[in-house]
Amino acid sequence: MAINNGEGVKMRRAGTSALLVAVMMVAAACGESFEAGELGAVEVAEGEEIQIRSIGPITGDVAFLGVPNLRGVEMAVADYGPIEGWSVSIGTPMDGLCSPDGGQAAGQAIVADPQVVGVIGTACSGEAVAASPLISDAGMVMISPSNTSPALTSDMAGTAGTDYHVGYYRTAHNDLIQGRAVALFVRNELGLDVAAAIHDGDPYTNGLATAFKDAFEELGGTVPVFTAVNKGDTDMSAVLTEVAAGNPQAIFFPIFMPEGGFVVQQIGGISGLEDVVLLSADALLVDNFMELPESEGIYLSGPDVRYGDNTNSITGQSASGVLAAYSARYGEEPSAAFWAHSYDATAMLLQAIANVAVVDGDTMYIDRQALRDDLNSLEFDGLIGSVGCDQFGDCSPGLVTLVHHTNSSDIEAGKGNVVFSFAP
Amino acid sequence: MDTFLWIVRVGAIILLIWGVAGTVVQGLSGQGPTGEAWRDLVVAGIAQGAMYGLIALGYSMVYGVLGFINFAHGEVFMSGGMVGFFVANYLWEVRLWETNFVLAILLVLLSSILTSTLVAVIVERIAYRPLRASPRLIPLITSIGISFFLQYTFAGLFGVAVKNYPPPPDSLRSRVSLLGLEIEGSKLLVIVVAVATMVGLYLFVEKTRTGRSIRAVAEDKEIAALMGIDVNRTIVATFAVGGAMAGVAGTLWALLFRGVSFITGFLPGIKAFTAAVLGGIGNLPGAMAGGVLLGLFEGVGPQLVLAGFGIPGVSQLKDVVAFTALVLVLIFKPTGLFGERLSAEDRA
Repeated sequence: MAINNGEGVKMRRAGTSALLVAVMMVAAACGESFEAGELGAVEVAEGEEIQIRSIGPITGDVAFLGVPNLRGVEMAVADYGPIEGWSVSIGTPMDGLCSPDGGQAAGQAIVADPQVVGVIGTACSGEAVAASPLISDAGMVMISPSNTSPALTSDMAGTAGTDYHVGYYRTAHNDLIQGRAVALFVRNELGLDVAAAIHDGDPYTNGLATAFKDAFEELGGTVPVFTAVNKGDTDMSAVLTEVAAGNPQAIFFPIFMPEGGFVVQQIGGISGLEDVVLLSADALLVDNFMELPESEGIYLSGPDVRYGDNTNSITGQSASGVLAAYSARYGEEPSAAFWAHSYDATAMLLQAIANVAVVDGDTMYIDRQALRDDLNSLEFDGLIGSVGCDQFGDCSPGLVTLVHHTNSSDIEAGKGNVVFSFAP
Repeated sequence: MDTFLWIVRVGAIILLIWGVAGTVVQGLSGQGPTGEAWRDLVVAGIAQGAMYGLIALGYSMVYGVLGFINFAHGEVFMSGGMVGFFVANYLWEVRLWETNFVLAILLVLLSSILTSTLVAVIVERIAYRPLRASPRLIPLITSIGISFFLQYTFAGLFGVAVKNYPPPPDSLRSRVSLLGLEIEGSKLLVIVVAVATMVGLYLFVEKTRTGRSIRAVAEDKEIAALMGIDVNRTIVATFAVGGAMAGVAGTLWALLFRGVSFITGFLPGIKAFTAAVLGGIGNLPGAMAGGVLLGLFEGVGPQLVLAGFGIPGVSQLKDVVAFTALVLVLIFKPTGLFGERLSAEDRA
């Protein structure tokens, strides 16, 4: 909707009262034009589209994570509809390949276009480490649906992470929460004292394994072996032998496929690890791991995906409704849990744009600093629960669960078999 | 003699002794891996190394005959493992895998060997033969291109997901007693098959007519041609034999690791090339020994040398250990452990 006065000046500020609109119409009529803040503003002429982008792996081994994220963006954009009559375009989806160099390339391509307002992404923390400084420097905002590395935001105690950059937000949980949840489960529910942790050098796996180690030691346990595999490794006997030397009662290895599969397949051949409890995280909460017979018995942590009838207060859609629409539109169930985080992240960005957009004449102005300020204070109910950001961009309600996977021929039962849940 | 090289050599030996001594001290004080763990590391290292050796043979044979490194050989290996998966999966579905595992694995082995041989021969015919007269760098670069071509052809045909072979029978997963050592059945089988294949290849090259012509062409292509040897046929035979060895390695890989994907050939390919250089390129017993040694370095080295320095997370550094071992061997013996075998023109 646009308001037209006699001189052809159109303006409106969404989400404010009619009185404010009237005051601003007068101001505009008096000849004042839009003044951009220190980061500048995006000008969207009539007939053009508001540009947002997405980054995530949509080809390759980790496409199972990036593709549902992208679809979450598409669905939220469709559900939200146009802003002040301007439609929103996500352009060509950027493929970040789940790697730092992929994230860097995607980030550079995005910041080269000054019309881009904000980015939904990245999917992987490794991509974000490279993309977030570029996007921050360009004055844009990015909201990740599935980055969980603590380095990207903060230690949740007031200190910024090493890779935090202003303008970065996320609707995924901080892995300090997930690491703590796993540590609490192993220490208090299973009553174990000694654990080992294995990561693969990726910021996500390293951050989560470290968070687990810190929390487990804080709870009085010991972690004698904290080690890593290389991405691409197939022979796990060396790393498992190293782990066995520490005589752990539990092993937490929050790594990806195929390395995670090799670990459970080869652990039977390692003496000393016959009775060890295995735990991993959301990267292995996927079908092609869970259908391995050797994966039976493992505990898998991840975001609480029991969204039920949670409703996104911005678009008015319920989680069950969005999920049904997702299946109908794309012909398959989401292959990873973060489609809902992506939907909420997109709704959040679109609402913030609508809140700060100023229409002057035939042009919409979106002030970049105002957009960041608005995101900092925006609170709403999402599909994933209540969303609101702290000063370092952690916006997730942070609900984490552990499931016990016991039957490789019934994967869905494993995903729903919640044995522990935790909220900070 | 270069003084700098001597300093490097002495320094390397001191570091090596220091690291091993540190590990021994740790072991004596009750830290570090147990005796059984060391045994498992050694066995796993030899099993992995035997596979590197089988792949390394292909690099070495082609280098011996044509004088260039066929970087697509890792993909020749992967193609066998990949097609073997589909055969194994079918045999699992018709339940032959469970009822008669020996027959099933022989069928898988056969399909893997046939595929790898075929891929190697086709690549030679299409990509390398037209470049026979070009400078060596041209087929070398071509082989890198063929490597990518094969990887992404398989990715396009069969998808990017990891394909898991059906689980081997329990008898292979339990431990077998050999000379007082309890060894995992599948690793023992891998080592036995690899050694048998290597012995077979050695006899083939040394005792048969085709083997003799391969050696003659490797020695000097022109003289061999003058002696009535069909050089083209011999080169095809070389690629075929190298491919067959890679096919055997593909099935052994499946027995050990079970997972194959389009990218599976890349790292083993690089490692096998390293093994071939370690043993002395062009030298077949060298390639076999180089493979086993490299596997051992990788398997045991991090725990044996690096752990002694108190470095955490040593197993992630196994590639560092493997390639450092290569550098050290080349510093001490630049032609590899068993010496290079070069053709007449290369020697000149």
